[in-house]
Amino acid sequence: MPIVYKPEYTMAALLKLDNVSKTFGDREVLHGVSLEVAPKEVVFLVGPSGSGKSTLLRFCNLLEHPSSGAVLFEGADILKQKNVNALRQSVGMVFQSFNLYPHMTALWNVAIALRLVQRKSAREAREIAHHFLAEVGLAHRGSAYPAELSGGQQQRVAIARALALKPKLMLFDEPTSALDPELVGSVLDVIRKMRHEGMTMLIVSHEMQFAREAADKVVFLDQGRVVEAGAPAALFGNPQQQRTIEFLSRFSLAGSHG
Amino acid sequence: MGRFVDQFINPVIWARYWDEMLGAIGLTVQLTLLVLLTGLLLGLVLGLIRVAVPPLFRIPIVIFADVFRAIPPLVILVVNYFALPFAGIRLSGFDCAWLGLCLVLAAFTEEIIYGGLRAVGKGQWEAARSTGLGSVTTLMLIVFPQALRMTVAPLTNRTIAIAKNTALGSVIAVPEILNIAMSALSNSANSTPLTMAALFYIVLFAPLIVFSRWIEHRFPQRG
Ligand SMILES: Nc1ncnc2c1ncn2[C@@H]1O[C@H](COP(=O)(O)OP(=O)(O)OP(=O)(O)O)[C@@H](O)[C@H]1O
Ligand SMILES: [Mg+2]
Repeated sequence: MPIVYKPEYTMAALLKLDNVSKTFGDREVLHGVSLEVAPKEVVFLVGPSGSGKSTLLRFCNLLEHPSSGAVLFEGADILKQKNVNALRQSVGMVFQSFNLYPHMTALWNVAIALRLVQRKSAREAREIAHHFLAEVGLAHRGSAYPAELSGGQQQRVAIARALALKPKLMLFDEPTSALDPELVGSVLDVIRKMRHEGMTMLIVSHEMQFAREAADKVVFLDQGRVVEAGAPAALFGNPQQQRTIEFLSRFSLAGSHG
Repeated sequence: MGRFVDQFINPVIWARYWDEMLGAIGLTVQLTLLVLLTGLLLGLVLGLIRVAVPPLFRIPIVIFADVFRAIPPLVILVVNYFALPFAGIRLSGFDCAWLGLCLVLAAFTEEIIYGGLRAVGKGQWEAARSTGLGSVTTLMLIVFPQALRMTVAPLTNRTIAIAKNTALGSVIAVPEILNIAMSALSNSANSTPLTMAALFYIVLFAPLIVFSRWIEHRFPQRG
């Protein structure tokens, strides 16, 4: 019987998933999951394929709606909120497959929502876009189309696209899984930098090494339930549940630092 | 040989019907442009609507597209011209041809555009929506341009195929190229007007064919 994770945080959570479930057709894939992310906290969500990580993440910007339970952002239930697009500007998302707009330059990939959602002038939108491209180390590639960029560069443009809207929370769904190994580092560096600057992040990732280094908290999800959660040192160093041990044993963390 | 020249490229006949045939070209161009403009526009709008609305509202569009892709264009033109008057709707031959071909082109365009819109990955929708872009903005600025790139080659080919059907107007008294050539043929008992018609069609449509080849090269179809 897996323990139910009870968040021990007293600090007001920026994001709180309260007993959320999801049913697709007649199959329940998430069974009453609760999870909190405090301001400036970096939470990693790990677990085997099909455990419901993406679905859980997608609740947080309403790309998916839970079948039951509540999702609180800054204390307000987003499921009852009228203006979804306002919420989505506060919650940035980065996808495994980048999803850059192939017919727009890197700069306009970043600028378009500034222009059309935040109603900035074309000039201001370009300036902000350029600033955030510079933040991810791509100041010189603004005029490139996505097809002309490497995977790592594309993902960094996607991060800039989300960051440019000044979100309070960033969601990452396996941001490095589609990348060649040698390109992973450049993306992780950007996430490290964001962490350093105090960005609140919820990250689905199979990069256990990175989770161990960058997480404030790691949540292990299996078959739609939180099996175990805690600080990375505890979860990786001394997992309590058999399923956690089995899952982690698939990743060679032996001899790892940190 | 002399007999052939006399029958197919007779200079006297050529000169006699030249002005009338030129007028027919003007009318054919006019009809073709109207059909292209309205048919493509209507099909485009229907394709976009079909993606944007809930499934139930798509049904009328699907029925429209299937019906007008199934019936031979000639039948549609003939129905417009000979059957609609019984329903109290009396249109000129030109308007019957225009309406009929416009609807056929719209039906095919709708289907091609819809297919293209659906082929754009759902990640594009999610990325755009996750930045707060609305669904209409996402459809028009993110998804549609990508769909258009994918479909421009089949769309061009289909458009040319349907544009050539203006010749069907000849059976419902539209004084377009073939119609004028046919009456000139029977009046003069000489085939030269048909030769002229064939040449005019080449002059009209060859540039479109070249254009479509360029399009196919420029926007190769995926998959
Ligand atoms: N739109 C959907 N319709 C039906 N079933 C779905 C849908 N989305 C997800 N599922 C199912 O829900 C379960 C959880 O999916 P989810 O994508 O959240 O898992 P995941 O942990 O992100 O897996 P992965 O590591 O492979 O990305 C899976 O069994 C999946 O097949
Ligand atoms: Mg996933």
